[in-house]
Amino acid sequence: MNVALAKTETGRAVSETFAMARSRLPGAGKVADARRKAFESYERAGLPTRRIEDWKYTDLRVLMREVLPLAAVPDQSALAKAVDAVKAAAVENACRLVLVDGTFAPKLSDLGGLDKGLRVQSLRETLDAGADLPAAATDDVMVSLNAAMATDGVIVSVDDGVALTKPVQIVHVATASSASVFTRSRVQVGKGARVTLVESFAAVSGAKSYQVNDAVIVSIGDEADVAHIRLMDDATDAVNISSGLVTVGAKSKVNFLGLTSGGRVSRYQGFITLAGEGSDLSVNGVNLLKESQHGDTTLVVDHAVPNCTSREVFRAVVDDRAHSVFQGKIIVRPDAQKTDGKMMTRALLLSDDAEADNKPELEIFADDVTCGHGAAIGALDESLLFYLRARGLSEKEAQALLIQAFVGEAIESIADDGLRDAVVAIAERWLAARG
Amino acid sequence: MALLEVKNLQVRVDDREILHGLSLTVNEGEVHAIMGPNGSGKSTLSHVIAGKPGYEVTGGEILFKGEDLLGMAPDERAAKGVFLAFQYPVEIPGVATMNFLRTALNAQRKARGESEFSTPDFLKKVRDVAKSLNIPQDMLKRGVNVGFSGGEKKRNEVLQMALFEPSLCILDEMDSGLDIDALRIAADGVNALRSKDRAMVVITHYQRLLNYIVPDVVHVMSKGRVVKSGGKDLALELEASGYAQFEDAA
Ligand SMILES: Nc1ncnc2c1ncn2[C@@H]1O[C@H](COP(=O)(O)OP(=O)(O)OP(=O)(O)O)[C@@H](O)[C@H]1O
Ligand SMILES: [Mg+2]
Repeated sequence: MNVALAKTETGRAVSETFAMARSRLPGAGKVADARRKAFESYERAGLPTRRIEDWKYTDLRVLMREVLPLAAVPDQSALAKAVDAVKAAAVENACRLVLVDGTFAPKLSDLGGLDKGLRVQSLRETLDAGADLPAAATDDVMVSLNAAMATDGVIVSVDDGVALTKPVQIVHVATASSASVFTRSRVQVGKGARVTLVESFAAVSGAKSYQVNDAVIVSIGDEADVAHIRLMDDATDAVNISSGLVTVGAKSKVNFLGLTSGGRVSRYQGFITLAGEGSDLSVNGVNLLKESQHGDTTLVVDHAVPNCTSREVFRAVVDDRAHSVFQGKIIVRPDAQKTDGKMMTRALLLSDDAEADNKPELEIFADDVTCGHGAAIGALDESLLFYLRARGLSEKEAQALLIQAFVGEAIESIADDGLRDAVVAIAERWLAARG
Repeated sequence: MALLEVKNLQVRVDDREILHGLSLTVNEGEVHAIMGPNGSGKSTLSHVIAGKPGYEVTGGEILFKGEDLLGMAPDERAAKGVFLAFQYPVEIPGVATMNFLRTALNAQRKARGESEFSTPDFLKKVRDVAKSLNIPQDMLKRGVNVGFSGGEKKRNEVLQMALFEPSLCILDEMDSGLDIDALRIAADGVNALRSKDRAMVVITHYQRLLNYIVPDVVHVMSKGRVVKSGGKDLALELEASGYAQFEDAA
């Protein structure tokens, strides 16, 4: 394929898409200017290729080819279809905030009886009222494209000292086919607040070949306690490129788990900055991939200040011809003495054609730190499989038990029993669906 | 009736022949002991009976209840009643013992067309068996064999045997790593399972185990064959004189 030609083609297509979308994008004046600037910076680069180091294993120009036109605003029938998908994705007892094809759906959301100190608005509402687009401190082109195109999102804030009684769950439902969806949300967690945030991505049956680009900007105050779970179960022919931009204050405790089981092509990029001293960060990821899925989890943990701890545990289970990518970078800034950062990643290949790439990076500019990483890629242990089979388990049952144990090492970080069970149930469904 | 018939079995691993035409017949209700020097092929025989991959059977056959065992997957053999208590039980981190036991028991029952155990029935059964083998409950809360001492792992094998109620029990050096009290408890557990339609093959280096589990037949294995078979006195003879006399015979 002629790469130069492909670039012009995608370049032209996306500028048309942007031009067509403009009338629908909320925000005037400075927001419109910011969108245009963001679009220009995206347009200069185009979809990332493997020649860009950060996108080395996920060449979107090959895997995604083009940015599809914006999905239509969901009509009544789309909203009606979304109801079941929301139910299926719902975690127990959560306050659900639903976005259908990139548009906030208040009727499907739980806006009544919000916890005191919890505030929720749609992005569109805030932009219409003159607010800025939530800013993201990155020059990543897909985040720029997101700023240009975001149609909606949710703006959530939790006041200082508030312990939410229910998880807040942002549910993205796709009902459209061959269209793109851009959402941008912000979550602000006040000082001393306790919050469980769940993000879910799902599709109604029949939604095909759509593209999701989501960005969530999370700022966590001092002495906060946050559990953040992201469950991506988009249609297996969809594209999902999502970015999380998280800033953590001092003496906070943050526990993140991302589970990717859907999407033909996906990338979750988490940029997490530890900006206050004495915080503990645990970042966990699981990729469950089969058929020809391509799933990329890229995490950058930036220790900007001294005395923080970060732990990353990543597990990939890769079947058939699927391809899993894990890139983990730990940055320790010159001031960030006494940093303790560790990253452990393991991939399990269930077939000869399965592939896993792993790129750990440590960028350490301080001298008094403990940092390390470990990685392993392999198949299931034959001697363990035989032990289980000698006890009567079929090959699939034996594999399932060992795979559950393997991903369990990442999932067990979820403190809440109900949520952990919900995540385990997704893994079990995935295992049960293996032929 | 013959439960297990091993006929002229020849087995290779990595192009090296380890069993050179081994024959052994075990009838229902019998207890057979197999003794023999290190490396004579005892564990290899037990693995081939259980269906462990990596062994190439180049000749002979194994019949179990008259059926060709070698054509069956390991889980099929387990469901039909073959049980191997491993010489070296593996540790399986992250797989909870109780979950493992229930999955295994129900998989076997399902394969035989029997109904699955309900949770309360299952729990009661495990508790009773664990108690009789002096296995503390909190051991069952851990991952399969994870952090178990050598002796605890062996007791966990006997626990599974009691739970699954197989018709052929192969015990590969069940006595290694057990202290004197544990040996007696485990042997009591095994003896409790002796019955007229169940057979046992006890692989051991020490005559002492055979004081507890008294065999009907004792076989001596050397260099991949059974070189002598006799009554329980053969074990005493071996204890006194060693294997030297059989090395030549092999
Ligand atoms: N996977 C293997 N690869 C190569 N050689 C093997 C393998 N498994 C067994 N052998 C060899 O086969 C022979 C028999 O081994 P086996 O473990 O069956 O002996 P054993 O009688 O059980 O000995 P022990 O009393 O020490 O347990 C040994 O020489 C051993 O090295
Ligand atoms: Mg042995």
